[in-house]
Formats: sequence, C-alpha cells, structure tokens
Amino acid sequence: MDNLIWIFISTLLVNNFVLAYFLGLCPFLGVSGQLATSFRLGLATTFVLFITALCAWILNTYVLIYAPYLRLISFIVVIASTVQFIEMSIKKLSPALFKSLGIFLPLITTNCAILGLAIFATNRGYGLLEGLTFALGAGAGFTLAMVLMAGIREETEITDVPVLIRGTAFNLIIAGILSMAFMGFAGLFSST
Amino acid sequence: MMATDNIAYEEMIKGIWRDNPVFVQVLGMCPMLAVTNSAINAVVMGVATFFVLVGSSFLVSAFKQWIPKQVRISLYIIIIATFVTVVDYSLLAMLPAIHKELGAFIPLIVANCMILGRQEAFASKNTVKFAVMDAVGMSAGFMIALFSLGAVREILGVGALFGFDLFGPDFEPWVIMILPPGGFLTLGLLLLFFNWMTEKRKQFLIQLAEVDNETIKVKANG
Repeated sequence: MDNLIWIFISTLLVNNFVLAYFLGLCPFLGVSGQLATSFRLGLATTFVLFITALCAWILNTYVLIYAPYLRLISFIVVIASTVQFIEMSIKKLSPALFKSLGIFLPLITTNCAILGLAIFATNRGYGLLEGLTFALGAGAGFTLAMVLMAGIREETEITDVPVLIRGTAFNLIIAGILSMAFMGFAGLFSST
Repeated sequence: MMATDNIAYEEMIKGIWRDNPVFVQVLGMCPMLAVTNSAINAVVMGVATFFVLVGSSFLVSAFKQWIPKQVRISLYIIIIATFVTVVDYSLLAMLPAIHKELGAFIPLIVANCMILGRQEAFASKNTVKFAVMDAVGMSAGFMIALFSLGAVREILGVGALFGFDLFGPDFEPWVIMILPPGGFLTLGLLLLFFNWMTEKRKQFLIQLAEVDNETIKVKANG
C-alpha cells in the first residue's frame, strides 16, 4: 500500500509527466488557453491513461512475452482501437458525457503521454495495481499542470506583453518557471 | 531536368530555416526537450529521427496509390513504428550507454507529431524523390534545433561540450540548465531569438523595397 501511495505522489508532483518528463506538451502548450477546457481535457486524458495502463498490462502479460519486438506497434494499435471503441460506446450510451469529454478522445490517443505511460510502466516492471496507480497519478499530474498553466495564461491575456515574445516563446518561459516551482517537491522523498 | 532539380533542392532547404519544424512550426516538442540535456544525446536523437523520417517518407510516397484513404493515418503510424523499432534495437546493439540514457524517449519518436505531419502533409502527395528531399531537409532542421538546444544546455549546465571541458575548474555550472526547467527556458529564449531574427529580416526587406521604390521614382523623374 505504501508503495502505491509513493507511486501516486511521485508521478503527481515530483516526476510530473508534463513538467519533468515533457510528455503531453502539445495539448499543454496548445489547448491551455481556457481554464474550463483544460480541466475537461485533463479528465479525459486521465481516463485514457487508465485504459492505457490496463491494455499495456494485458499485452505485456499475455501477448508480448512471445514477441517483445512487436511491443511498440501493438501498444499503438491496441490503445488507439480501444479508445476508439470506448468513444463510440460513450457516444451511444451518454451523449451528455460525450459532449463534455468525448470530443477530446481521438485527439488524446496521439498524445505522447499515452504511449509514454505504457512504455514507462513496462520499463519499470509495474504490475496491474501499480500500473493503474501510475496512470491515475500521471493523469492527475497532467490535469494539475494544465489547470495551472491555463490559470496563468488567462491572467496574462490582459497584461501588456511585448508583441515579439507573445505565443509559444512566452508559454515556454511560463512552463519553465512552473517546472522550477515543481522541482521544490523533489525534497518530499529525500528523508525516506 | 534542371528545373526539377532546383525545386527538389528548394524542398530540402526550406526545412532548415524557413519552415524549420521546431522554431517555426513548433512541432516535436517532447523529444526536443527531454533528450537535450547534453549535445551528444541531442545528436543521437537527431540521427534516429532522421532515419525514421526519411525511411517512412520513402515508403509512404512509394506506396501512396495502394494506401486507402480511410485508414491512412493508422498505416502511417504502423510504418513509423516499424522504423522506430528498427532504430531502437540498432541503438541498443551499437550504443548501449546512450540507449540507456535516452531510455523511453527512443520509442517515443513514434509520437513525434512532426513525422506524422510530414507524411500527411507532404509524402502522401508527392513523388518519392521530393518526399525524400523534404524529409532530409526537415530532419536536418530538426537536428539543428536539437543540437543548438543541447549545446546551449550542456555548455551552461556542465561547462562542457561533447564531454570536453570548456571553461576550466573555476566555472560554476548552472545546474538548472540540465534539469527540466532549463529545457523550457532555453527553448523559450531560442524561440524568442528566432522571432527577433525573422522580424529584423522582415524590416530589412521592407527598407530594401522602399529604397528600390525611391530609386525607381528618381529614375522616372530624371
């Protein structure tokens, strides 16, 4: 149990997927304009990450022991089609939920955080429970980073920023400062 | 014949500066930032991306008639993933130390949106020759961006380049530069520099045009 809590906190804060591993940067820089959208995107990503961890574990345990060189291709194909399938069923079963989260799903599948999670979980030899906790931590961390970024960006909209620096350069510098702030969490585990 | 050669050359050159995948199109950020904490890692990543992009552009453009439109994206991804697997295993055999350091970021080349973007936007619509030229140019531009970021971070963060000490023992390294925040900050500042250069060039061209207009007027009046 301690181990699971450790994995969760560590992926949420210390090894944040966006701010320490640079995974999922495209939505982080691209879609973080509005607070509400960012939060929903974060939730949808968490959901896909959870599914990914499940698929990765099943593949690793039952299929890939026979053909390890197919790892990358099978991860991509299986994750993409599972998410597609879930997207279709959500559309059928709950149009309201689809409207708030579903539209992001196809976009998220091509996000490097998804594949990154599957690969990291495999490289570290996580079991099912550890993998799922890892996915939840990564999703929560991603949501946290997205929401913080969107909050800062909404505030900077009304400030007078020089034209030359506006856009990606400015967002990257904000991200750098956020990432520096998150480095402070590294001290959490030094005593244990 | 000459003309097509020139156009093909153009396709290659544009990726290096005018349409640079990183500085202008802002694509492929995750490998960009994650592996550039030293110049050598950046170069190896650049070479790996080069191989994958050129290989998949070649295949996609060669087989474009037989790829059904509805499933093209999935097919591109499978082609890319195949090349990435080849690179992954070759690096593991040839440079195990660097492979270990790059770790999960070699398989993550698949998720580099620049590569998929080139297949969709260029290779699927052009002949093999043009597609390969475009891929060479784009990956050269990507490599330049990776190298400049890696070099800046290694010089400031360790005081060395490719492992050679540059400043002697008195240099106090900026450790932050090789940590994640350094990646964001350096890329932000490089983009700023690139914007500034583009802006300068634009103004220079405008001035040039004005001067030309004046000479034309003077000539017309004279």
